[in-house]
Amino acid sequence: MTLDTTHREAPNLDAPILEAPNREAPILEAPILEARGLVKRFSRKPDIAMRLLALAGRPIDRRTVHAVEDVDLAVAPGEVVGLVGESGCGKSTLGRALAGLHPPTDGDVLYRGKPVRELTRAERLAYTLEVQLVFQDPYASLNPRRTVRQTVGEALAVHGLAPRGEIADRVEAALAEVGLDASYASRYPHEFSGGQRQRIGIARALAVDPRFLVCDEPVAALDVSVQAQVVNLFMDLREKRGLTYLFISHDLGLVRHICDRVAIMYLGRIVEEGPAQALFSDPQHPYTAALVAEIPDVRRRKRRFTPIAGEIPSPLAPPPGCAFHPRCPHAMPVCRETRPALAPVAVGRRAACHLHTAPGASPAAIATTVGVPS
Amino acid sequence: MNAPSPNAARPLLEVRGLRTVFHSLAGAYAAVDGVDLSIAPGEVVGLVGESGSGKSVTGFSLMRLVDPPGEIVAGEVLFEGRDLLSLPESAMRAIRGDRIAMIFQDPLMTLNPVLTIGEQMIEAVTEHHGVGERAARTRAIEALGQVGIASAAQRLRQYPHEFSGGMRQRVAIATAMLNQPDLIIADEPTTALDVTIQGQILHEMQKLCEASGTALLWITHDLGVVAELADRICVMYSGRIVETGTADDVLDAPRHPYTAGLLGSVPSVNAPGSRLHQIDGTAPPLSARPTGCPFRTRCGNVLPVCAEIDPPLAGPVPGRGWRCHNPMPERDAA
Repeated sequence: MTLDTTHREAPNLDAPILEAPNREAPILEAPILEARGLVKRFSRKPDIAMRLLALAGRPIDRRTVHAVEDVDLAVAPGEVVGLVGESGCGKSTLGRALAGLHPPTDGDVLYRGKPVRELTRAERLAYTLEVQLVFQDPYASLNPRRTVRQTVGEALAVHGLAPRGEIADRVEAALAEVGLDASYASRYPHEFSGGQRQRIGIARALAVDPRFLVCDEPVAALDVSVQAQVVNLFMDLREKRGLTYLFISHDLGLVRHICDRVAIMYLGRIVEEGPAQALFSDPQHPYTAALVAEIPDVRRRKRRFTPIAGEIPSPLAPPPGCAFHPRCPHAMPVCRETRPALAPVAVGRRAACHLHTAPGASPAAIATTVGVPS
Repeated sequence: MNAPSPNAARPLLEVRGLRTVFHSLAGAYAAVDGVDLSIAPGEVVGLVGESGSGKSVTGFSLMRLVDPPGEIVAGEVLFEGRDLLSLPESAMRAIRGDRIAMIFQDPLMTLNPVLTIGEQMIEAVTEHHGVGERAARTRAIEALGQVGIASAAQRLRQYPHEFSGGMRQRVAIATAMLNQPDLIIADEPTTALDVTIQGQILHEMQKLCEASGTALLWITHDLGVVAELADRICVMYSGRIVETGTADDVLDAPRHPYTAGLLGSVPSVNAPGSRLHQIDGTAPPLSARPTGCPFRTRCGNVLPVCAEIDPPLAGPVPGRGWRCHNPMPERDAA
């Protein structure tokens, strides 16, 4: 099979048909947010020395980071989609691009079916308000010189969403919703613990009545016992407000717990995507298999660790062919040359691996990616 | 390779009543408040706690690396029967990095940015042993090879910034292993690393410690990692060890409500999509510990007596104990 790496599938033919056991089947609706062939690259702006050298005839070395490459991902209303990968894989960049913080280098972000760059003024405002972000570091994401009331109420005031006189009430309601006392509104961020700050960050997002939260490692900086509190808050809010989430995390145990559907990223691309339980119990990409094997388990004792070798290559110079081939125990000659397309491998599941298509290869090998603990 | 019984051998390290305080204008607050701990030769002990529980200060206290305003005010740290706390500083220096080594969360804490890896590793050998630089270099290359660093001879000429985070942690581990210490104190060494890199580091540590019979005190907040690595576990809360026992006892049959709460909040033990079991509230600051049991303000098993009497560490057999007036019901360890 020849694989044309520039080929893009028509979105949504295979996407979210969801089979989440023990849960209400999410409604098959038009996606609320969608990335279509999304590309985001960062290149260094030439500084004065480089420009002078260029004038002198030396070529400019514009090193480009391929943060997100050709990503298709759709999130339907009410879904919780997990975006998983190791540091540098582009998961935060993808989340920020979906929320409108990074303009795409190529491809499109679609908000309710319409490319963001074609939105009217009013639609653009709706997109900006309906899609909110919750950040990882509750110490860096709050302005230390503003009170909680100023931070949480700012968007309401700027966009005229509430009469001046009602803003204080709206702030208190948002604080109450995240489990903080109204008396905290006049305090400053340094007066709070990490968990409380993360609640303030969530209240700030909730104040404008969003439909969609992009959560970028929202509990990674919190203590274990506080993590559970904040995760429960997210789950309560989902139920009460019918929120949709893109949950970006490196913590697979957590993602398995709260997500309906999961996308695994490696070096800027989605390598596997599917319903959470199926993806974790039966990975269809060797990288997913390696990640799943590394989920720490309190029920496992004296494990013999036989991890996957190597590190993520630099996004400045991604390897040719499949980006995972230097670390993959199943790598074949075709993997070094041709990049596998993200293609359907089962109902509602996509994976980018030659083991599914190459002649003589068997996807059964994926289960043996990492040595089984003895 | 070692039986996970604390009685199997004379302890390599025995800590009794360790108390480390931090002085402030308002008074002295105990970050470590009467810690007892014992590690047998070759044993892997997990010291688990959340931020502010005193687990890192315990590690630093064992190495006598507590700087003012911190001060070790009481207790004994018996290393092969000798009290490290009463040794002169020169004798302590001879032990540090030779018999007991330490690895930190941030490997840049161990590595000097203006010296090559080689200069640092070679000094660590020649400082403690009367060997020449050539022999020390050979030892350094061997140690780097053991932690999976390829072309070690070339890597010795590089500076710490030329290594990735995972590679730096390997260098720190190789440096700690150089003199084949009897004990390594590892303070959250994999917390800042990616999952696949964490797996690699755990694998190397486990292999090396078993091969050389090195005991390991693994300080972490991650119960999952400790479960897969440790023979015994000590759970710290508010400066004390609140529960201790074999990994099976503590993880399968926890008796302290805090241990049970921590275990219950791990996503993998909850049904997918269900609310996680949560411990309400946050740990009290050192300056405002409640009277009696410090956990009582967050505890579901609280009794009136908890406000008055701080429960002592007690249990059925030596090496198994908990500090609680109203422990969780007894369960069988799997």
